[in-house]
Amino acid sequence: MTKHDERITPLHGAGGELMGQLLDRLVLPRFAGEEIGSIGLQSLDDGASISLPDLPGELVLTTDSHVVDPVFFPGGDIGRLAAAGTLNDLTVMGARPLALTLAAIIEEGYPVSDLERVLDSIADVLREVGTPVVCGDTKVMPAGDIDGIVLNTTGLGIADPPIGDADLRAGDCVLVSGSIGDHGMALLAAREEFHLETSLLSDVAPLWPMLRPVITAGTVRAMKDPTRGGLASALNDMARKSQTCIEIEEDAVPILDAVRGLSDLLGISPYDVANEGKAVMIVAEENAQATLSLLRDHPLGKDAAIIGRVTDEHPGRVILATPIGGRRFLDMPLGDPVPRIC
Amino acid sequence: MCLAAPARVISIDEKTAVVDYQGVRTTARLDALTDDVTPGDFVLIHTGFAIKRLSPEDGEETLRLFDELTSSLTAEAEKAPPSTPSSHATQGVAEEQPEDA
Amino acid sequence: MARPFSFTDPKRAKALSDAIRILAPPDPYKIVHVCGTHEMAITQSGLRRFLPDTVDLLEGPGCPVCVTPATDIDAAAEIARTGAIVCTFGDMIRVPGSHTSLDALRTEGCDVRTVLSADEALRIARDTTQDVVFFAVGFETTTPMTAVICLDDPPPNLSILVSHKLIPQAMAALLNLPDNRIAAYLAPGHVSTIIGLAPYEEWLRERRIPTVVGGFEPLDILYAVALLLRQSRDGVASVENGYPRAVDDNGSPAARALVNEVFQVVDVAWRGIGVIRQSGLSLRPRFAQLDARQRFDVGITEEADEIPGCRCPDILTAQAVPSDCPLFATRCTPLAPVGPCMVGTEGACNIWFRYNGERSL
Repeated sequence: MTKHDERITPLHGAGGELMGQLLDRLVLPRFAGEEIGSIGLQSLDDGASISLPDLPGELVLTTDSHVVDPVFFPGGDIGRLAAAGTLNDLTVMGARPLALTLAAIIEEGYPVSDLERVLDSIADVLREVGTPVVCGDTKVMPAGDIDGIVLNTTGLGIADPPIGDADLRAGDCVLVSGSIGDHGMALLAAREEFHLETSLLSDVAPLWPMLRPVITAGTVRAMKDPTRGGLASALNDMARKSQTCIEIEEDAVPILDAVRGLSDLLGISPYDVANEGKAVMIVAEENAQATLSLLRDHPLGKDAAIIGRVTDEHPGRVILATPIGGRRFLDMPLGDPVPRIC
Repeated sequence: MCLAAPARVISIDEKTAVVDYQGVRTTARLDALTDDVTPGDFVLIHTGFAIKRLSPEDGEETLRLFDELTSSLTAEAEKAPPSTPSSHATQGVAEEQPEDA
Repeated sequence: MARPFSFTDPKRAKALSDAIRILAPPDPYKIVHVCGTHEMAITQSGLRRFLPDTVDLLEGPGCPVCVTPATDIDAAAEIARTGAIVCTFGDMIRVPGSHTSLDALRTEGCDVRTVLSADEALRIARDTTQDVVFFAVGFETTTPMTAVICLDDPPPNLSILVSHKLIPQAMAALLNLPDNRIAAYLAPGHVSTIIGLAPYEEWLRERRIPTVVGGFEPLDILYAVALLLRQSRDGVASVENGYPRAVDDNGSPAARALVNEVFQVVDVAWRGIGVIRQSGLSLRPRFAQLDARQRFDVGITEEADEIPGCRCPDILTAQAVPSDCPLFATRCTPLAPVGPCMVGTEGACNIWFRYNGERSL
């Protein structure tokens, strides 16, 4: 029950535990209803699917709003993030992207040259994938009523069949398409008040060119892109939905040196921060090597790795096998990570 | 309250050093450091201040200490009689000596 | 580039674990550590499964955010509401005081900032004319840094809300609790980098508790546990330096000199425990102009705050486990913490909750 003075806090938008609770309490009871496709609102997946008579496969629909600070960050900007983000939500649902919409809410006084840079970034991503923006919307708000620029992108694709994030079975293998923690750490490093210098870039990139052959092979059982909340959030989500256990070999998770360095100095785990150009996928054991080869065939997948397996030991939980040979749970993060000194 | 990570000293300007954490550069203050440091040394840094100089030899020495302890304890165990529970000090001083064969 | 000074070799871990099993006594053996970073290192590497069932490695009051009195956080909140910029470490930001956390105050429009360093608070103060208050929490590792900025010609708009505490006094206080059954202490590594071994030797002479200063890599911790068990096996009780690469027996005289110049030792309350004599710091009179407590007229907490039903006092003193508390996981959860042990991610109850109460996997 909602207390009368309850307020939305930043924790609610952070992609972790609290956001999940908000969706469960406020959104699902009101909007979860008749199923029009195999993946609906209740699945709380990266998107939803819609089946139509006479259509092989299903349409896939996804939407995202994008707020990022700073707007221009090492390796990209809000435009690249928005376009890649929505295309990736379609991709990890197994969908060939068909079209994007683009809506912008812009603060009065925003420099047009900045807007042009953002739009150019969006165009670059779309060119890479071959997907058009087909419609959009623009709103301007008075100065101070919004911070700079907010983007919303909706993506439409077609998948045959759609790939969800809950079909995990004991014995399956867990793969990631590349190094973990790059985007989140790059953005933390870019914060002026931290006075850090690094060549680490956000990994923001569209996944469709790398994943198309993997999807076509038809062997991916479940897939997610580990954005806000990081790999920890994505794996916990999959484990909970499937009520299986995911066991990850820490030594097998690819992590860049600079990400480890930032993790050490900030006291923040690479598992808890966003990735914007990576996918985590579940395949049957017999398909793991072949999937790995397909990923490594593409430049974005050069660090792809098999990082663990699905078991039935602690249903709904994620376990890490640590470098010394210990074991521990990997938790769902509570909110956006904060640097710690303890 | 102890999170401190090692970083390599790149350059020093009076009481400030430029340091490198596996490719990430920042500055650290040396005001609270007793040791002398030169570029190329490692330092342990807590909240932006160096607290201790570390050298690569320290790393090797640490491993040597681990190995020395485990081999001496294994050697002692091989000499000792099999599993008679000896009385151990669970609080303060032991009341009697461990049983010997 | 491999991560420097990383000690995670599984073969050595097994060798140390085997040695520990040989040394371990048949009766329960309780080791207490007093460092949130140790607890983090232990749980993140899954270290407890390397210890035999009879050896317990428990966290005492080592989580500085957990033991910061609620009234100190309330003071920081009051200060933030005057319009001053309040800076503190990330660990403190979400800790609730009596009514609110500093993070929550941002929604009221307060300027609360996370800093990585006391030095950053100084930089912020130099860049503005607004009042800037550094909420200084932490044990002896963190105190020298606050001292440095007090001595670095700080601008008049900077003041410090001092909530620093001293950990050896808490270690001694725990031993005063009846039936504490503490067999040994794993002493905090980086605190010891500053203070050396002498403070532990002071009270150890009477108490005969084996004490080993331990580092934070997984092998460092197993090594320190092995040294403790060896002392007990041999019937000795001394202070041993198990982390010589980062700790000189004499500590860091330069750091201590800075602290002594700026601070004096006072009695303070630890949240959930009560007053521990001579366990806190306050600014010496000549630094009065830097004292936020005087500038904003807020006092030092000398009374313990009590929460009905909350067993944090027993948990913080390693005498009870979280599941012994009636509020645990019912009224008190990580998202809605009641007591300090649930608050920080290194608090015993927070960890227990996230691990389903299992000792180890």
